[in-house]
Amino acid sequence: MQQAATFSAQTAPPPPHELRRGKSSGALGDAIFAAACRSAGVLVLLLLGAIILELFLGGLQAFRTFGPAFVTSTEWDPVQEVFGAGVSIYGTLVTAVLALVMAVPLAFGIAFYLTELAPPWLRRPVGTAVELLAAVPSIIYGMWGFFLIVPFMSTTVQPFVIDTLGTLPVLENLFAGPPFGTGIFTAALILAIMILPFIAATMRDVFETVPPVFKESAYGLGCTQWEVVRSVVLPYTRVSVVGGIMLGLGRALGETMAVTFVIGNANRISASLFGPGNTIASVVALEFGEAELGSLKLSALLGLGFILFVISFIVLAASRFLLRQRLKA
Amino acid sequence: MVSNRLLALAAGVVATIGLSMTAHAQQATITGAGASFPNPLYQKWGEAAKEGAGIQLNYQSVGSGAGQAQIRNRTVDFGASDAPMTAEQLQEHNLLQFPATMGSLVAIVNIPGVEDHKMRLTGELLSEIYLGKITKWNDPKLVEMNPGLNLPNLAIAPVYRADGSGTTYVWVSYLSAVSGEFKQRVGVGTSVRWPAGTGARGNEGVAGTVRNVRGAIGYVEHAYAAQNKLVTTQLRNKAGNFITAEPEAFQAAAANADWSAPNFAASLIDTQGEKSWPIVSPTFILLPKNPQDATRAQNVMKFFDWAFRNGDQMAVQLDYIPLPETVEDAIRAAWTAEVKADGKALWPAQ
Repeated sequence: MQQAATFSAQTAPPPPHELRRGKSSGALGDAIFAAACRSAGVLVLLLLGAIILELFLGGLQAFRTFGPAFVTSTEWDPVQEVFGAGVSIYGTLVTAVLALVMAVPLAFGIAFYLTELAPPWLRRPVGTAVELLAAVPSIIYGMWGFFLIVPFMSTTVQPFVIDTLGTLPVLENLFAGPPFGTGIFTAALILAIMILPFIAATMRDVFETVPPVFKESAYGLGCTQWEVVRSVVLPYTRVSVVGGIMLGLGRALGETMAVTFVIGNANRISASLFGPGNTIASVVALEFGEAELGSLKLSALLGLGFILFVISFIVLAASRFLLRQRLKA
Repeated sequence: MVSNRLLALAAGVVATIGLSMTAHAQQATITGAGASFPNPLYQKWGEAAKEGAGIQLNYQSVGSGAGQAQIRNRTVDFGASDAPMTAEQLQEHNLLQFPATMGSLVAIVNIPGVEDHKMRLTGELLSEIYLGKITKWNDPKLVEMNPGLNLPNLAIAPVYRADGSGTTYVWVSYLSAVSGEFKQRVGVGTSVRWPAGTGARGNEGVAGTVRNVRGAIGYVEHAYAAQNKLVTTQLRNKAGNFITAEPEAFQAAAANADWSAPNFAASLIDTQGEKSWPIVSPTFILLPKNPQDATRAQNVMKFFDWAFRNGDQMAVQLDYIPLPETVEDAIRAAWTAEVKADGKALWPAQ
């Protein structure tokens, strides 16, 4: 009976303007509401466009001076006013990718444990703890990294590696040099901890959307837990899982304070993962204070900002593209 | 009824604001922005000058570069910079430059078994360390200089300021002054291209990294090293003596400086004198010669005049080096001669 009523309502909906006429708010109020919502939507586009344009115009002087070499050159010499983004682009990409390599398996483990394995009374506290981790300000991670992780790396991990592997003929060069504790590897480690809660929380939420009936059927067929995850849970949630990973990657690319504390801030590409480096965000944060108005250096820094924007855009676009192909298959 | 109450409330608020404004109006306010190195001293002077001179200082420690930019745009009453501006820049922007105080840099090290003031270094050795040419603490050149020390076979880890900073400017000025190769390969600036080592953010970052890393060497302001009990080294000065980082050595350098340089841009790097510490640096104030607001410019001069007369003790307490009195008199004379509004000097001749 109810179904029939819904059906008839669907077949003969009253014209929209008739519906409106009955309301007290009136057509004017609705028009204002629609316009307000529309402008809010357009504002996002305008803001994004304005930021890109501003960064590009600010960096134009540097782009003109150095040409395409600005992106590839590894030279950064404020005294001679020669600026190249090569080292910081390399550092940004390497730390972000390394962080993902460390964080994704861990996040997957957390998410699967929370949705499938953990006893129900433990799920909420652990889940809340993961969400709280995401709320910790990045400066806290930076200080924690600088005062705890860096000394640990420099007094325990790196001397051990240097003493054991550093004496071998080939590996000597790879692990040579003083154990600073800072560097690409430490930065990636801190980044991994920072993006872990984002990825883990997203994964947990989407794992929970898998209808129990699917999993129960799989278990009923005799699947192991790993087979259930591989053949049922992951295929069902693939889009959202990749989305969560991209969210983490986006944060890793742009993270500034925590990385600045621990990356070593040297404009060099070193073969060793323990070697110091820098990222686009850390260079901009460090050099901005002493960059004079209208100087080539300021322009180069704004240009770096533009490049970071473009990299983030490419990452997002690439993930969309990959997902589209997978969805079709 | 409601609106009446609101009106009364608004009137009350306005009256309160008005009252607090008149209370503030008795105290002249001046604004400054720039160098972070003298910031603790300016804050201390500002606090004391509220009572002493009736002037309230609002100083923003935004960095020397930003300070120069702000005074060029005249958004503050005075700018502050660790590095002096060139004569052409001062001319172009119609600014008077004078020193406010001085500071010194020290090298800090973390070598097992080496205590404060024990290690002997020279500028040439420092530049070779920062160029990445001397890489071990038991390098023959270092051992020869330090016969009394048992220097370990440990890699040297040079640490520098990663953020653009006046401290770096002074440090590389010294290394460039004593080493032609350093001058040619690295040069002088608030941030430079370091061939070796790792960067840390701020004095606290450099000090923290040196403390963490076996074999590290870094540079910080003496005030910072003294307050945090860091292991400093001796340095050889121009006269060939090894000097311990102490206030007497800094004052000796100040006394030996040639203050007659144009725009007070005296170099206190590697000065003559038996007891001079080699890395001392003045920090500068930039004042418009044609101030938009004559009263505020007068108050800036009144503030620094008061600080020169009464602030030496505070400066010494915070490990800064007060200016010699002759220099302070020369600064007052420059105010009289250069800072004018409608053709009239804003600082009366004395």
